Amino acid sequence: MTNRIVRPEERTRGGEGRRETGRYLVRLRNPLRSRAAALVAGFVEPGSSRNGRRLLPLLALGPAFGVVAGLFAGGIGVAIGQSLGIFSPIGESGPSLRHYLALVEDREFRESVCQTVGLAGVTTLLSALFGTMLALSIRRLAGRYRLVSILIQIPLAIPHLSMAIFLISLLAPSGLLARLAFAGGLIDGQVDFPILINDRLGIGVVLAYLLKEIPFVSIVLLTLLVRQGNDFEEVARTLGATGWQRLYYVTIPLLAPAALSASLMVFTFVIGAYETPRLLGRTWPAFLPVIAQQRYMDTDLTRRPGAIAVAVILSLLTASLVWIYLRLTERWTAAERTLLF
Amino acid sequence: MRLGTSGRGERGSLPVPIGRIELAGLVVLLAAGPAPVLLQLVSSVGHSWFWPDLAPSAWSWRAWRYAVSPEAGIPGALFNSLMIAIVVATLAVTVALPAARALALYALPGRRWLHFMLMLPLLAPPLALTMGMHVLFLRYGLADTLTGVVIVHLVPSVPYATMVLTASLARVDIRLEAQARTLGATPVRVWRHVTLPLIRSGVATAFGFAFLISWSQYLTTLIIGGGQVLTLPLVLVAFQQSGDESVSSVLSLIFLAPAVLILTMVGRWMVLPDNERGVGRERDQVS
Repeated sequence: MTNRIVRPEERTRGGEGRRETGRYLVRLRNPLRSRAAALVAGFVEPGSSRNGRRLLPLLALGPAFGVVAGLFAGGIGVAIGQSLGIFSPIGESGPSLRHYLALVEDREFRESVCQTVGLAGVTTLLSALFGTMLALSIRRLAGRYRLVSILIQIPLAIPHLSMAIFLISLLAPSGLLARLAFAGGLIDGQVDFPILINDRLGIGVVLAYLLKEIPFVSIVLLTLLVRQGNDFEEVARTLGATGWQRLYYVTIPLLAPAALSASLMVFTFVIGAYETPRLLGRTWPAFLPVIAQQRYMDTDLTRRPGAIAVAVILSLLTASLVWIYLRLTERWTAAERTLLF
Repeated sequence: MRLGTSGRGERGSLPVPIGRIELAGLVVLLAAGPAPVLLQLVSSVGHSWFWPDLAPSAWSWRAWRYAVSPEAGIPGALFNSLMIAIVVATLAVTVALPAARALALYALPGRRWLHFMLMLPLLAPPLALTMGMHVLFLRYGLADTLTGVVIVHLVPSVPYATMVLTASLARVDIRLEAQARTLGATPVRVWRHVTLPLIRSGVATAFGFAFLISWSQYLTTLIIGGGQVLTLPLVLVAFQQSGDESVSSVLSLIFLAPAVLILTMVGRWMVLPDNERGVGRERDQVS
């Protein structure tokens, strides 16, 4: 297959099923020097030689792949090696599953897996649900008023760290909510206020994530809703569908693919993120990323391979989810795979 | 054919009535976005805010003055954060431009998989990768250095920049380049006077996103920098743990300011229908 410039009208269809059409570029000879300069500047044009045509796009992908695939694969590879006891800094006898077996015995780790996965699941479900509701409730406003679409960007822009600090000053026993409850006569003092941060149920963590992830899910869905307009709903209405029927048979199926990929992004992010559970989560059992980081930074270097094993397990968890997603979406069209591959 | 009112048709026509449902949505938006900023603003200038007062009893710039004074090392951390983020964003865009071009304009075999591999770091948890890189960096003397931190920040930034630029390039009519070439322009001139102006907003967006990703990195900086490279988020957590709420509010505000600024400036294209910039299309190009 030769590489060529694809016509814009073909590209708008997206996906792999491109038709073969003739080339339309007038080729001019150009000196190698300017070719090299052009490559650096990101200007890759179909070469005038057969080899060049095949090589140039791959060359252009090179640096990005070097950074991403090279560092990524290298980093993960070394991490897996260390967790298995290969090229370890503490001089181990040989490769083994010892660090993983030790984790199975580790009660904090076992409880942390349940806590991390459970709360990530709850966060994902709630943000998908409320994100959809939010998107539907403001779809007309977002299509009409610029202010609304700027407003919805703000929570997305606030870093998780700042959001966590906000929640601490809101939910802490001396926080704003407790003060409001006191002023309203609901509680008699700080001790009466329920513990909402570093708490057993993870309420603080989930709330902090929800404030960021609900707008994230709804921005994804809004993009879709605003772009599509409500043609399909109008058709359903003219055919006599009630409001609930339109929602159930038209709107939700339209949004489902995008909601699924957004949910996957939320879940994989939440199980791997560090800042929010570090500041808002309870300390025992901590969340998986917190456990891994604490053990990795421990002055006792013998704890490092075990810490890396926790991190590798997190990666495996994510990888299996992505694999399931890819299997589920194999048949989808490019338009349905709006967010991910 | 379009029936009824579409997103495009509604813009600029009749005002949308705000009912109970819309109101509920707006309240959620205000709670998630402006509320955190407001509370932290108040807390940053609140001098004494004792239980159970609903508002601080005295106001002062103490926390802000403390944050800009060199004694706490905050300006240094701020400078580190800025420098790292600018270098990372520049490198990320430079590396992403050719890649985005190849992905957007060429019918490469296995394009979906190439794209998938490039986007992988956006889904994978950063921990294992960073720890593995740390082991390598220890061996090559990159641990605890600014260079090491820049390299580790590139891993999530390059995919983002590539994604944005691919979308941007897929949208332009690239035949304009061929036109300029037939008129005798050199590739460099074509790049400078045709392509770059066409994708300027895409380049700005990619730069902004890459900047923000680097700017908000905590864990990767902590592990690779080993506490030697101090950036704003690291100092922020330190102050939060020390319990000085006013100073941590100041730092949190400085921390979120560029993010809110950049996202509200470049992020508009994510929601609005095909309006001024003819956007809204690019999302399905990213597939």
